[in-house]
Amino acid sequence: MSTATEQKPTTFIGGAANYLDERLSLGGVLKNFGRKVFPDHWSFMLGEVAMYSFVVLLISGTFLTFFYQPSMASVHYEGSYAPLKGAEMSIAYASSLDISFDIRGGLLMRQVHHWAALLFVAAAGLHMLRVFFTGAFRKPRELNWIVGFFLFLAAMGGGFTGYSLPDDLLSGNGLRIIDGMLKAIPFIGPSISSGLFGGEFPGDEIVARLYSLHIMIIPALIIVLLAVHLMMVIIHKHTHYSGPGKTDENVVGFPLMPVYVAKAGGFFFLVFGVLMAIAATFTINPIWNYGPYDPSPVSAGTQPDWYIGWLDGALRLAPSRMDVELLGVVLPFGVLLPLVISLAFLAVVAAYPFIEKWVTGDDREHHVLDRPRNAPTRTAIGAAGVMFYAVLWAGASTDLIATNFQMNLNQVLTSMQILLIIGPVIAYWVTKRACLALQRKDREIALHGRETGRVVRLPHGEYIEVHEPVDKYELWKLVDFKDYQPTLARPNAQGKITVSSKIRAALSSLYFEDRIAPVSKAEYELAHADHSPAPAVEKPKRKPKALAGKK
Amino acid sequence: MSEIEKVYPAGLATNIQKPITDPGIEPHRVRMTDKSEKAAKGAEQQIAVMFGISIVGAIIAIWGFFAFPIADLADTRNNTLWMGIGMGLSLLGIGFGAVHWAKTLMPDHEVSEARHQARSNDEARAKAIEIIKTADAESGFTRRKLIRRSLYGALAFFPIPALVIFGDLGPQVGDTLKHTIWKKGVRLVRDSHEGGTPIKASEVTIGSVFHVVPENLKDIEDHGEKLNQKAKAAVLLVRVEPSELREDPAKASWSYDGIVAYSKICTHVGCPVALYEQHTHHLLCPCHQSTFDLADHCKVIFGPASRPLPQLAIEVDAEGYLVAQGDFTEPVGPSFWDIRQS
Amino acid sequence: MRRRPWAIGFVIFLGLVLSGGGYAAATNVVQSEVSNADQVAEGRKLFLANCASCHGSNGEGAIGGPSLIGVGAASVDFQVGTGRMPGQASGPQLYKKPVQFTEEQISAMAAYVASLAPGPAIPDAEYLRTTGDGIDMTHGSELFRINCAMCHNAVGAGGALTQGKFAPALGGVTEKHIYEAMVTGPQNMPVFNDANLTPEDKRDIIAYLKYVEEADSVGGYELASIGPVAEGLFVWIFGLGFIIAITVWLGAKAN
Repeated sequence: MSTATEQKPTTFIGGAANYLDERLSLGGVLKNFGRKVFPDHWSFMLGEVAMYSFVVLLISGTFLTFFYQPSMASVHYEGSYAPLKGAEMSIAYASSLDISFDIRGGLLMRQVHHWAALLFVAAAGLHMLRVFFTGAFRKPRELNWIVGFFLFLAAMGGGFTGYSLPDDLLSGNGLRIIDGMLKAIPFIGPSISSGLFGGEFPGDEIVARLYSLHIMIIPALIIVLLAVHLMMVIIHKHTHYSGPGKTDENVVGFPLMPVYVAKAGGFFFLVFGVLMAIAATFTINPIWNYGPYDPSPVSAGTQPDWYIGWLDGALRLAPSRMDVELLGVVLPFGVLLPLVISLAFLAVVAAYPFIEKWVTGDDREHHVLDRPRNAPTRTAIGAAGVMFYAVLWAGASTDLIATNFQMNLNQVLTSMQILLIIGPVIAYWVTKRACLALQRKDREIALHGRETGRVVRLPHGEYIEVHEPVDKYELWKLVDFKDYQPTLARPNAQGKITVSSKIRAALSSLYFEDRIAPVSKAEYELAHADHSPAPAVEKPKRKPKALAGKK
Repeated sequence: MSEIEKVYPAGLATNIQKPITDPGIEPHRVRMTDKSEKAAKGAEQQIAVMFGISIVGAIIAIWGFFAFPIADLADTRNNTLWMGIGMGLSLLGIGFGAVHWAKTLMPDHEVSEARHQARSNDEARAKAIEIIKTADAESGFTRRKLIRRSLYGALAFFPIPALVIFGDLGPQVGDTLKHTIWKKGVRLVRDSHEGGTPIKASEVTIGSVFHVVPENLKDIEDHGEKLNQKAKAAVLLVRVEPSELREDPAKASWSYDGIVAYSKICTHVGCPVALYEQHTHHLLCPCHQSTFDLADHCKVIFGPASRPLPQLAIEVDAEGYLVAQGDFTEPVGPSFWDIRQS
Repeated sequence: MRRRPWAIGFVIFLGLVLSGGGYAAATNVVQSEVSNADQVAEGRKLFLANCASCHGSNGEGAIGGPSLIGVGAASVDFQVGTGRMPGQASGPQLYKKPVQFTEEQISAMAAYVASLAPGPAIPDAEYLRTTGDGIDMTHGSELFRINCAMCHNAVGAGGALTQGKFAPALGGVTEKHIYEAMVTGPQNMPVFNDANLTPEDKRDIIAYLKYVEEADSVGGYELASIGPVAEGLFVWIFGLGFIIAITVWLGAKAN
């Protein structure tokens, strides 16, 4: 920039900054982004946890690639672990054992990598739930929901491909299950399996193929999606929770520099540090216990990592004897049904923002988040979804539930099958009722203040409990939300009531028929007409934090 | 009404007048470190201590690397532990220090920044449309149909080779899924890397279970092919009190004096089904809990499997060893679409 | 890290073999026949008092329990020695309980049952050692994976069977009882006779199990060795839990 020539930097840092700015116009970038405001809330950091875990994965994974060899050729193990000395195994498994036992820091890096992977998907999942339950996916962020959805899938894919690389007995049986699922796909299944494995299962190519997916394709995909995800966050600016001074036209929080550089930057070190501490003290995936892959043995407790668990659970909960023969074509519904149901579940998750928008007809931008109770139906749908997922997930550990709680394996499985169907219904109903009750309570507080527990006797003998009116900041938090009413199926221009308008009306009444409207000005004034104390007090009586944390 | 609400339909939102107007951002609460220079000084020291711990952690990690050159598993344990603890401390020290710094000494006044709608303003849109139109006119994209359509064609065709080129990822399936290397007269041998030993009928006492592979498996040179064949040919050999077997008369000759052999590969998704219960004759798959009744031709009695486990017909050769009467008469393992077509 | 105990065990073993073994072999033959008859009589008394109600007064089996003719001394030693017998409540499977008899009493009952008909004997000490010459742990671990891990888990952490039955965890079970379980097939466990797994094979399997049980975990706490489910729960509850605690601290305002 031309002004740079006018201010001659005197210090080294000044000189370096000048050098860079003259070539990269970094000054402009910093001017635009340096004081960008980010709102502060613990739940906004879950996505960050996922991102930082991913960085830890890249760092530790790079270390592992230096020592790991993705070959299925067979060798005899000559490393430190006595019970496998001389055993025949693949080079992939032998090199994983060498990383674990014979390379300093190797086991630490393997463990930090695996723990980071589990945390990555867990944090991403929790972040998705936060976004869902607060309505952060609404316009203009629907596309970012989709990007995030694919990030979650990519994270699962990254996890699964990595799980299989050590070529141990546990992961080999996991791959075998994938092979069995692929073969069940009508017409093309066996060919897909042959293409993936380079012939029959297990062959000697799958590890190398998964390796290139795991270290190249999937990380690249995640990086690209992550970049788009973050770019959209910058374009949209972060959402904030409803509260005084927070509107759809502003963002309230702290500036990037210096507060968020320190907080978010420090947080990376915290996430990495916690993972490192866990990796130092807790064993994960002790591949030496499982032994080399061999198609004939199997170990009790053959389970995938947690994020694949729900798919494994879906397979376990399918009913018996579901092979159907149609015109000579066998359709193994014992596998296809779980597959279709899982894919349908994912499709609903991906499409949810668009479904809700269609039902509400709301085309405005939303930057203020909903408190989950203020969107009872959405929250209830979310709870039902969580329940459905959780039952499938628990379904993957039926055998461990049976042994650890001394129950009957068959009864555990049958109960899970029943729970899979009625569980979401119960979760939906209970959550919706709970939300409505909480909303009623909010209304009570907004109208009449908070119960103090102090009972006084009036001069004429009546006992009353003293209610303390809430301050205006809290009041605003209680009343600032949007209320929707159900739509009716209306005839279109041709005078016909279309099927889609009927469905929309039905969904709309499901969403909004039971609802609690926010306190209106008229109600508020009416409630305060016979109570003398001045309504909204000026000064906050309670610590603002106590409000944010309350249920 | 806000700007946004004026421009876009609010759908079914009702318009309720709020009881009060937005009171604005809550007043800032003064921190100890804002009030007292001493507290600020204290915080500064705490932060410095945390950064100091980080340095110590890094040193511990470096020590951990050099202090335990690997001689046995205890060294591996110590390496992992001390390098992990050291690096963990080093990272956590920086993290806690930086965040503590931000929380105590950096300004904590909430500030408000205006947002703008995602939609570009009308002027920008008009300009964008104009650019597209100009580009269209200049290139003749809309006008020159021949170019446009042939381009579409080319774009549709050019990725196809990129798909076709992967055609050799795997061979044609053929009938590989329908056959195993079991043949008439092939001995049943114990499953073992060294190439197992054959089994005499007399060795299989009641309640015994043998994990078995075909003897000709060890003749396969290629490692991958050997695994492929083993993955289909693995068999479980069990002797049951003959009176407890509910045998189909047509298959009565498939067993030998209560000794039966069944494929170990689950017909659900292919895990080895190997959990045999001696008295109930149940065979349980540890992966998805499909349960088969071994005394009743391995019919599915529980779990997601559909087909019974295929039975391997066995007999005894001249030397008293158990041999196969032939290959399985149906495909082993998970079902696939043309499993019934020969 | 098991090197030193390994070496010590080996030295002790050698010492025992060289000094005491020869003497014991020379004298035992005569003594055992005399004591055996007494032992059987004593065993029969104990049997009639404690076992006959279910297994019949001559061990021929009754409504409550199976015939014990031909089950051998190993079976008695396992069932009674692990406290599974005398059985208590009826259920899908007998649980381990505190042992109710002394070593001598168990040996007496075992001798009595062994006298009914030939059956698997209590294993020789040679096949119960976990260190020393000829032990091939690699072989043992392979055999364990092929024959045992599907029920008992790859490191013997146990697993579920159908209808409330289970394969128990193998940690803390003595070498002798593991051997006896293999050779007798208690409850629904299949039998691994000496033609299937030779005594040497069984010894290698036991050596592997004892190695796994005693070896320090290189990676840190093992989360019960039950695999990915425990790891997943750990990361959700403690990993993510701890990190959320940090985020709450991070988002909270300082005093």
